[in-house]
Order: sequence, then C-alpha cells, then structure tokens
Amino acid sequence: MTNEDSAHTIRSRIVAVVSQVIAVGIAFLVGAIVLLATGHSPIAAYGAVLSGAFGDLYAVGQTLTQATPIIFTAIAFLFSFKAGLFNIGGEGQLLIGGFLAAFVGISFTGLPIYIHLPLALLAGAAGGALWGFIPAILKAKLDAHEVITTMMLSYVALYVTSYMVNFPFKAPGWVAQTVPIAPSAELPRVLHSTQLSGSIFLGLIVVALAAYVLQRTTLGYEIRAIGLNSAAARSNGINIQRGMILSLVISGAIAGLGGAGEILGVHHRYIDGFSPGYGWDGLAVALIGGLNPFGTVLAAILVGALRSGGLVMNRVTGVPLDIVYILQALVVLFAAAPHAIRYLSNKGVAITRVLEWLLAKMRAALERVKHIGRRSDA
Amino acid sequence: MLGENGAGKTVLMNILYGMYRPDQGRIFVYGKETKIDSSAAAIKLGIGMVHQHFMLVPSLTVAENIVLGREPTKHRCLLDVGRIENHIKALSDRYKLGVDPKTVAHDLPVGLQQRVEILKALFRGAEILILDEPTSVLTPQEVESLFGAIRTLRQQGKSVIFISHKLKEVCKICDRITVLKRGKVVGTVDSDKTNSDELAEMMVGRELVSAFEKEHLAPGETVLQVEGLSAFNDRKMLALKHVAFEVRGFEILGLAGVEGNGQTELVEVLTGLRKAKTGEISLDGTLITAASPHDRIQKGLANVPEDRQKDGLILDFSVQENLILGQHDISPFATHWSTLNLREISDYARDLIQEYSIKTQNRNTVARYLSGGTQQRVVVAREFSRKPKFIIACQPTRGLDVGATEYVRRKLVEMRDHGCAILLISADLDEILALSDRIAVIYEGRIVAIRERAGTNELDLGLLMTGGKCDQ
Repeated sequence: MTNEDSAHTIRSRIVAVVSQVIAVGIAFLVGAIVLLATGHSPIAAYGAVLSGAFGDLYAVGQTLTQATPIIFTAIAFLFSFKAGLFNIGGEGQLLIGGFLAAFVGISFTGLPIYIHLPLALLAGAAGGALWGFIPAILKAKLDAHEVITTMMLSYVALYVTSYMVNFPFKAPGWVAQTVPIAPSAELPRVLHSTQLSGSIFLGLIVVALAAYVLQRTTLGYEIRAIGLNSAAARSNGINIQRGMILSLVISGAIAGLGGAGEILGVHHRYIDGFSPGYGWDGLAVALIGGLNPFGTVLAAILVGALRSGGLVMNRVTGVPLDIVYILQALVVLFAAAPHAIRYLSNKGVAITRVLEWLLAKMRAALERVKHIGRRSDA
Repeated sequence: MLGENGAGKTVLMNILYGMYRPDQGRIFVYGKETKIDSSAAAIKLGIGMVHQHFMLVPSLTVAENIVLGREPTKHRCLLDVGRIENHIKALSDRYKLGVDPKTVAHDLPVGLQQRVEILKALFRGAEILILDEPTSVLTPQEVESLFGAIRTLRQQGKSVIFISHKLKEVCKICDRITVLKRGKVVGTVDSDKTNSDELAEMMVGRELVSAFEKEHLAPGETVLQVEGLSAFNDRKMLALKHVAFEVRGFEILGLAGVEGNGQTELVEVLTGLRKAKTGEISLDGTLITAASPHDRIQKGLANVPEDRQKDGLILDFSVQENLILGQHDISPFATHWSTLNLREISDYARDLIQEYSIKTQNRNTVARYLSGGTQQRVVVAREFSRKPKFIIACQPTRGLDVGATEYVRRKLVEMRDHGCAILLISADLDEILALSDRIAVIYEGRIVAIRERAGTNELDLGLLMTGGKCDQ
C-alpha cells in the first residue's frame, strides 16, 4: 500500500471491516436473547464457548482443525466469485478431491513421503479442478448457468464417492470407508493430541496465493474485470470465456485440495460422509469474511470456534448444541446476507451510507468523550 | 433552466418534485409556501415531471402506462382501462400531442414515448411541467415537434420548466431563462433581451469558442477499409446492409445518423464483438475480419464507446487499473511471469493523469466516484495514449458539459493531426459538422451518402438521416 492510497479507499476498507464486526456483534446479541428466552445464561454459555474454543492449546487446536477445510472451500468460492461466477459446488469438488487423494494414498506403497504426499495432494486438486472444469465448459460453450450445474455436480460427486466406498473400495467391516492410506501419504499432525494437521498451513498458503493471483497477476486482473463488468472487459479485448473457465477450474482445485487435506491430514482414509457440508460453510464464510481472502480466514476461525466451543458449552452448561447453529445462522444473516445483496446488486451506496453515518456518529461520540475528559482534567 | 452538467439542475428539480428534501430554503407554489415531501405531494400541487429516462412499461399500452398506480376498476377488482382511453385521447388532442392510447409502448419511437410521459403528467392534473433534458434523446425533427407541443401547452396556460444545457434550444423555446452554475443561480434573463454569447458567458463564466477551428490537412493513405459488410442485430435481423467505406490517415470521417440505424452493430463488428455476415474489414493493409477484439487492439484499433460506464470503464476499478485495461497483459505492464508490473503501471497512470488533466484525487480513486466528464477523460487517455492508428469515437461527448466536450473534441482533432484515421459516430449534427473532414450518413443499415465536409449543411444531412431524398 502506498501513501497515495486515498482517504476514501482507506475509509471504505475500515467501513467494510467495522460493518462485519458489528454484524457479528449483533448476531451474538440476538443469540443472547434466544438464550435468555430459553432460560439459559448468555454469559455462562458464551463464556463456555470462548474457553472451549480458545481456552488452552488443545482448544485452539480443535478450533483450527474445524476451520481448516472451511478456509479452503471459502477461498474456492471467493475465487470464482471474483469472476462473477457463483460456484456453489464446493462440496462436490471437495469430495472428489478427497476421494482421489485417498485413492493415490492407498494405491502406492513404498514411495518416499516427499513424492507420495505431494502426489496425493495433487490428485485431490486435480479432482476438484475437473469438477470445476465441467460446469466451466458448459458455461462457456452452452451458457449453462453455473449455479445449477455446480450444484447438480455436487450430488453426482456425493453419490459417486459414496458408491466407491460402499462397494469397490470398501474396507472390511461395517463402516463405509476405505482402508487406511499409506503413512507416506499422511499430512503430518502439527499439534500433539489434536487432529490439527499440516493442512492448515497449506490453507494459509492457498489464501496468500489466491490474494496474490487476484491482485498482482494479469490473470487476476482479468478475472476481477470480468466479475465487475464483463461487457467492458470484452470490449477491451479480454477473453471472457478463458477467464471464466480458469477461475472455475482454480476454484475447484482449491476445494479439492481442501478435501485432500482432510483425508490425508485428519482421517487418513476416505470415510463416507466425512464432510458435514464444508462446501456450503465455505460459501457463508466467504461472505462473512467480506469476500476478502484474509477476512475469510478470520471468518473461518470464527465458525471453527463456534463449532468446537459449542461442544464444550453443551457439555459444561447443558445448553443445546443447536444454539451454536442458530448463532452461525445469525452471523450469516447479519454479516453475509447484506454483503451478498450489496455486491450482487452493485448498489452498495445505501448500506455504505448507513455505515458511514454510524462511523461518523461513533467518531463524534468519541470526540465528545475526549472533550469531557479534557474538561475534567482542567 | 440552463446550466452545465453538474450545475445542480436535476437536483433542484428533484427537490421540486419531492424526490429530495432541501436542507433549507422555501418553495412557493402559486404564491403559497408549500412543503413538498413526496412526489405524491408534488402531483397534488399540480407539478408534473418528465424524466430524462422514460419510465414506461414496454409491454403495456399507452393508456395502461398512464393510469399505472391508479388504475380505474369496475366492480372493485376488474381493470377498466377502456373507460379512460377516451379521456386520454381527448387530452392528447387538446394539447396536440398526437398519441394513440391503444398503442403498446415499445412500438413507439422515442419522441412519442416522451409525449406519453407528458400526457401522464397532464392526466394527473399537472399545471407546472418539468422537462428534464427532453431533447437529449430526440432527433432534430422530433425536437421541432416537441417544441410545437410545448408551445401548445403554453398557449393553454400551462407553465413549463425546460431544463437543458443546449443554448440554441433554450433561446428558441423559453420566455425567461435562469442560468445555474455550480449550484447557484447566476441570473434570470428574458430570452428576447439576450443572446447566446451572453448566456454561454453566464453558464461557463468565460467566452466560448463556438466554432471549432482546425487546420485543413490533406488526407493520408487508407487506414481502415470496409467492403460489403453485412451483419445481424441481436434479434437476427439484418442491421448492416453491404456497408462500404474507408477512413484515411489525417482524416475524421463523420458518420451521421439517427440512433438505431445500425451504428451500434457497425461498431461491434469493427471492434470484433459481433461477427460479420459478409464483407471484409482491413486495418492498415491487413485483414482483421476474423481477428479477436484483443488482436485488433494490438493492431492499433482504439475505441471510445458510446456507453462509457458500460463498455468503456470498469467502474469499480481504480483510475489506474482502468488506464491499463486492454494493455494489462503486454509489456511493460505485464512481466514475463504474467504478473503486473506495479511500478510501471503507477508511473504510467501518474503521467496520464497529468497529461489528460484527469480530475481525480489520485490514481487509486475508484472510477465510479468520478464525474461523467472525468470518466470520459480516463477512457480518452487510455485509448489515445496507446498510439492507435484508427480510432472509433461513438457519441464521444454525450452527456458532457461544455468544457469537457471541448476537451474531447480538441483531443480528437489532435489525434487526427498526428495521422490517425478517425471514425466519429454521432447523432449530434453540430458535432459531426464541427469535426469531420468527410461525412457519411447511415440510414436503415445502409450508407446513403458520403460527402466532403465543405458544401454540406445541417438541413441536407437531417433529410438524409431521416430517409429524405434531396439529391436523388
């Protein structure tokens, strides 16, 4: 960032961050009302969530474990969204990626880890990329709407992988799962006695890379141009079909890599239904994160904290786990929905005005406090 | 009400019509102080407004459009438009508006759509009519007949507020003229006691160079050659019919025509956005009929599009990002690794902002926040500074104020003087006549005439544009 960055840009960035934080705050307030109405103490419940999510190293580890796959799927959603494409098929891309990673993990033995592990990860990314390429080519050639095709392909992925682990690749026993992958394909655990694996670092690298590609490369420039105004992009010589295909393929690859990370890092085998809906969570988290790569990481950690802290809350205070899902839904409602609407309608003026007004009021109040402080000093 | 773009005319009128609320000040209607806090209140007071962009439902009839929002019913639930049609017809006849209430709105030409808007206001009992830039979408002939309608309204005792930034029109139709500049009233004058020089002076605060001076240059070699070009429009109808022309270096070819006669399709075929059905286009001696938009840009084609907000700019990109659009993937802005060379880009942006006096806070300002004139400067800066051989300029000064218009025109002439071949497409005859070296007229997808500028006048062109036959 240079000192030439206008006050306006900086202000709008601050407004964006503050608006998301306020939204989360409001969600927790409404959540507190729900807690009170059901006869629970909000303070006790939130306290339990907080300590359960961040109370000790183990808690932090569990929170980050929960956040990891969502970081991938959120970045995946964001990447295609920047090209104006609504890839809601992150779930399917993640499943295919996870399965192919497991396949490579099982199929080869005796490979050194520095070959086997990258190969398995690559297979995961390739699977996701393929699952992104199909809707991309359908969009580019036949103008098939990506919302429909990516969603349908998610179900295809769900049933194909389910079939695979229920029949050809089923390990002996009752559970629909494969045999364990070779140790040489395992992503190392990074925190003792938690399930946190190297996948989190992979995720952070992907976030940084995605941000770099979007902001600093010609491909990212073209993707953003297409997303913001495809007519002008086309008029100015940008190949829109190429940009759309690439953004969906990369988006799919990121989600697929996330799936691979889960299989290779957490489960060490493909288990049917290992994803409780990470793909869909990613969509919400990308919106909560203000469609900014780094905001997305924070939002993913928030959701991860709610998940892992929620379990502790349930155990300690007896508040049902459902309250966590209510909270998550409220955050999405307050933080993500207005943002999505604003972004999609491209008419952000009204909401920005309200926020700017709020900011101005807060600033004025702050001045007043300072003023009073100064007066009492004198 | 006369004033440049951004002088505050529309804001003022929106206050009168109850769309905006004033922070201070008082409004008197028929001598009585009033508060107008909604357009319903304005309508009640007898104020009617015809917006610059019409708000008709295309699939409804004229009568249905007019009664929209207060539909007449029978038995409380059945629509009864028929009852009102006669009333509308009578109203139309009384003010000589010539509108048939049974026509479907999308079948009406622009001029008549505007009449419908006027009729709508009258139907709601308007005594004071506000017309916001009513002529900006009309052909010269339609303007004449609008003026006829306005005179009839005046004779019948209505008040009309006519908003414009065109001196000629204001002088012609108005009794009194109030000039607005930067949100302030400069003065009110009687139109028979003033002249256009005085008005222009009041409006922009400096003497206006009304005639555009340019050197006479001998045309160079042919840069763009078009032969036998035909193309379909989006509705699969033939919009271009065997169009042939050439544009030479050191020359501005003006293409005059009423909008919708194939200009849009021509531009799209030339820039590569639309496929030609037949015919060939060559640029600087090489065939480009099948080249992609990207390749055409690299071969020296520049385009100042008609709708700068839709096709020219990416409004949510910064000025800097907009300035490299189309060149973002070539040296020096892109490196070998296809990353953006931010240093080169910012140096380039800084230079262009200075050279083209782009009024922006800095190069990172988002284009959406710039005024219309400044946005056009960004487009012009981008297109002209990549050393094009051939420039398409489509309605390049539409919606710009006097200062910005003059700037864009001067730049076009400058590019011509440097050897560019320029195709200027405009519905504004003043512009065509002021800038062109040769003039072509397009009518229903055909080039109906190509002439030297000398010895061509507005009347001839107007007739050709509307299918007249003055020289055949």
